[in-house]
Amino acid sequence: MADIATIAFTGLGLCFFIAGTIGLLRFPDVFTRLHALTKADNLGLGFITLGMLFQVEGWREMALLVLIWALTLLAAGTVSQLIARAALKDRSG
Amino acid sequence: MTWAFDAALCALILGVAFATVLGRGVFRSIVFFIVYGLLMAVAWVRLDAVDVALAEAAIGAGLTGVLFLTTFGRLARNVSDDAAPGRFHLPAALACGGLTGALAWAWFAMPAPVRREWELPPAGVENPVTAVLLNFRAWDTLLESIVLLAALIGLWMMARDGDWGNRLGLPQHVRPGGVMAGFGRLLPPVGFLVGVYLVYVGADQPGGAFQGGTVLAAVGLVAAMAGLVRPPRIAAHRWRVALVAGPSVFLVAGLAGAVLGAGFLTLPEPVAGTAIFVIEVGLAISIAVTLVFLVLGPPEGERRE
Amino acid sequence: MTVWLSFVALGVLASLAGALLRVWKGPGPADCMMGAQLVGTGGVAVLVLLAPVHGRGALDVALTLALLAALAAVGFVKATSADGAGDPEEDETPSPDRGPAGETSDG
Repeated sequence: MADIATIAFTGLGLCFFIAGTIGLLRFPDVFTRLHALTKADNLGLGFITLGMLFQVEGWREMALLVLIWALTLLAAGTVSQLIARAALKDRSG
Repeated sequence: MTWAFDAALCALILGVAFATVLGRGVFRSIVFFIVYGLLMAVAWVRLDAVDVALAEAAIGAGLTGVLFLTTFGRLARNVSDDAAPGRFHLPAALACGGLTGALAWAWFAMPAPVRREWELPPAGVENPVTAVLLNFRAWDTLLESIVLLAALIGLWMMARDGDWGNRLGLPQHVRPGGVMAGFGRLLPPVGFLVGVYLVYVGADQPGGAFQGGTVLAAVGLVAAMAGLVRPPRIAAHRWRVALVAGPSVFLVAGLAGAVLGAGFLTLPEPVAGTAIFVIEVGLAISIAVTLVFLVLGPPEGERRE
Repeated sequence: MTVWLSFVALGVLASLAGALLRVWKGPGPADCMMGAQLVGTGGVAVLVLLAPVHGRGALDVALTLALLAALAAVGFVKATSADGAGDPEEDETPSPDRGPAGETSDG
């Protein structure tokens, strides 16, 4: 049962990852690519983490997984804002 | 199926290495180098060398990336980043190819390792890497920590004479309440906990002074870059104590071993575990402070163009 | 289970390779840094997938990577600011006679 949940969630996460990369490659602009990068990829990572929650043993490892995902979210939010501002300045400066 | 993953990882690492060397322009090579560090960390985990993977992730993907990018930022103001075409250098190619061939031949010529139950002699800690670093080969680690300090002093010598009394590095300024300031408030507490955890757990699991110290250095760097902590002056007393804490504690422990009759840098059995822990704490503090100062740079005055 | 996880990890590696294409082609420095950021996130995903095989160690390395993922991007943004130490969100670039704008004051 847990294996089925893992397979489903990690498969979904992989789809989002690939969608994020396709977006990064195909979108025309820095700003649109940022959307693909931060939203799709972190959602993919979230689903993969959710799937792996069923595979690890012990609540410590589960908490570690959630912490990893939370830190990645924090990093992605910060990086997207900063890069967008820097690209905006680059463009207008 | 796992062999396909390993093969893909190897191909990716090789491709990124080629792109680093052949890259168009310095900036692209820097980014490829950061990516290379990230992929190497995954490769080390795949080879079950978690201590090395931790160090690679913290340094290769974190500190070295910031160092290169800051340097590039300064260079780019004076030097144009035009894509210099990579020239083929025959003696270098022959030397690298010969070395690779020799290593490959040596690897395949070695007899297959015999699986044998072996145990380290009792060292006071369970993690074999920590046991080797801090107990059996403590001499090397002691000298390495002193070398790190010497590198920092060498960097400081690059400051202009008039700037010697200023604070380290460029004065950082951020928008108060902005994203960078917020990041500098949110990340360092979590990172501090992770760094302390890595130092503490290094006795029995992968971790240790170097890995924890590097993570602490990285979060200290984030705090400094977010303008929340101003870099000290060289004359600041507390920071000087922190810099030499590691090598001094190590030396004291070594001399204590000599005084107690076990020999210089030999830790007697019953206190080995505690002594290793104390040494690790000192080393972690020194490594963290040294690495932060190394990345911040020598003391600088006003920007002169 | 291991077969499936290896397959998913292989898929993530393939999307990483796609991101590297962006780093190679990217017409601006921001595109290169975004590719590097994607590799960071992908690396964390791969390590999380390797956790059942390699145990706690893989999760610790994933934690370190997640912690430091933003460091290179923050360094890049700082390096390309006006004087090498600024914030792209500041509304005015510092002028030499007035001193840096928005400097946080602390001891």
